[in-house]
Amino acid sequence: MDTMRTIEPTADELAEGRRLRRKKQATNLAIDVFLLIVSIMMLLPLVFLVANAFKTPAEMLSWPPTIIPRDPTIANFSAVLGETPLLRWIGNSIAFAVLSTIAIVATSAIAGYVFGKFRFRTMNILFALFLATAIVPFEVYMIPLYFQAKSLGILNSLWGLLLGYLVMSFGIFLVRQNVIHSIPDELLEAARIDGAGEFWIFFRIVLPLLRGALGALAVLAFFQAWTAFAWPMIVATTRSSYTIEVGLALFQTGFTVDLGRLSAASATVLIPSILLFVLLRRNFVQGVASTGLKE
Amino acid sequence: MLKRKRFIFAMLAILPTLAIFAYVRLYPIADTLRLSLYQWNILSKNKPFIGLANFRELMGDHLFLDALINTTIIAFGVLALTIPMALVIAALIFHRTRSRMAGFYETAVFIPHVVSLVPAAMAWKWIFDARLGPLNALLDFFGIPMQSWLFDPVLSVICIIVLCSWQALGYAVLIYLVGFKNLPVSLYEAAKLDGASGRQSFWHLSIPMLKPITLYVSVVTLVSGFNVYAQAFVLASDAQGAPGRQVRVLVLDMLENSFRNYRVGYAASEAVVLLVIVLALTLIQFSMLREKGKA
Repeated sequence: MDTMRTIEPTADELAEGRRLRRKKQATNLAIDVFLLIVSIMMLLPLVFLVANAFKTPAEMLSWPPTIIPRDPTIANFSAVLGETPLLRWIGNSIAFAVLSTIAIVATSAIAGYVFGKFRFRTMNILFALFLATAIVPFEVYMIPLYFQAKSLGILNSLWGLLLGYLVMSFGIFLVRQNVIHSIPDELLEAARIDGAGEFWIFFRIVLPLLRGALGALAVLAFFQAWTAFAWPMIVATTRSSYTIEVGLALFQTGFTVDLGRLSAASATVLIPSILLFVLLRRNFVQGVASTGLKE
Repeated sequence: MLKRKRFIFAMLAILPTLAIFAYVRLYPIADTLRLSLYQWNILSKNKPFIGLANFRELMGDHLFLDALINTTIIAFGVLALTIPMALVIAALIFHRTRSRMAGFYETAVFIPHVVSLVPAAMAWKWIFDARLGPLNALLDFFGIPMQSWLFDPVLSVICIIVLCSWQALGYAVLIYLVGFKNLPVSLYEAAKLDGASGRQSFWHLSIPMLKPITLYVSVVTLVSGFNVYAQAFVLASDAQGAPGRQVRVLVLDMLENSFRNYRVGYAASEAVVLLVIVLALTLIQFSMLREKGKA
């Protein structure tokens, strides 16, 4: 009889199960509502920024603020494009970010591989050196670096911007970590026994296996340069050499500038970078997530 | 012989990266330390060694102390806002991992972290704007007196904390999510069998188990808080185009001493103070982690 009861639940037990399930559904609904509100609050400033870009000065003042402009105008955009070399700044930022990404991916791939697979004492000492300086924030040493750029004669140029963004300690750790975990020694040894040269091994075996990690690193490096502020601020001081961040920041200090135009300029920058992020989200999340896993 | 060949390859491969690293990181870090002991005015030819005189002067420099206090308040303010919120949001997103909305929540919370700093700050500049901003309109709607958010020394610090937290939150949530995904499921099942509610598991299981993650995120948040610059530059610049008059932060004070007052040695000593703060925070993190390992 007892065994029968455990197999066949009584009406009471069924009701209890339904009640629990309903309670769980209610909890989940409450959590979803809360998270939805948080998500909207996080996005709202950006949504308004884009909306404001299309508003007339009169509508900017209206309360409550509208999300879809009543009579959308592109006057703000044409005014900004007429007043500032906005497209030039965006071009500078793209060139800077792309070159920095290439440099960081290249240096990190090579150094990460060597530190991961060539355990000589010299290499360990060098790696310790990289590790020790990784915690020093860029802001601490950017002033001497500025004077180095100055003596090289590359202030106000793409190369000057690039000087601060050629290597990334985290990129080296990321690649090293991946090399250790996902490239077995046996594979490399087998290639060596078959007579493969070290360079061939690096380009034909190691790099293809690191594609995922390098993709994540590339996205991180690109956004790091794209959003850089302090370094471009001191290195690029002529209007034509500004990056978009510096150009916008200085543009907004002029006191004749109104918020509609600022919003238009900001939206021009924001929309492509948000789209890019949404497209590359997986890579990005993978890269950032691995920053927290360096135990 | 083979080992020797491999060593030569490793050295050759690491050499370009090492050279770049030495030039753009090791040298300027060393130079910062060296310059902090010199009195170097860009305009004058000689650069006398003055020992710790720069640091002694810093201790009595009102502008510097002002910057140090503001920066510390901002860094800890961001920490206090970000960590608890990130922990709760990450726990809830993790709870809803299997729902279709999880990806949206994650993306929405994370977008403010990746978008360009200056355009995003511009959105907040509008929100806080005394005349046009929705914040004051909202206050007015409820009959609360309007505030000049960005022109009051106390309120503008709060505005910067809000902006920085909005940006830092996504990163913290993402790292916490990684932490939640790595927690052992069996432990939660055991707790559930023992009759623990979701809330009890959160307090007595998740929070203690995530302590290393909390420490890591806290230090990262504090360090980036101490390096705050762009946010203060955009939000707290006044109409005359003299940025940072309202809220002086460390990086701004440093750059001003170096490039406006031409006192490079003095600015370097400020950079050393920043470095010491960052090192101290990192040491605290490591020693707390070790303590946890012993227990």
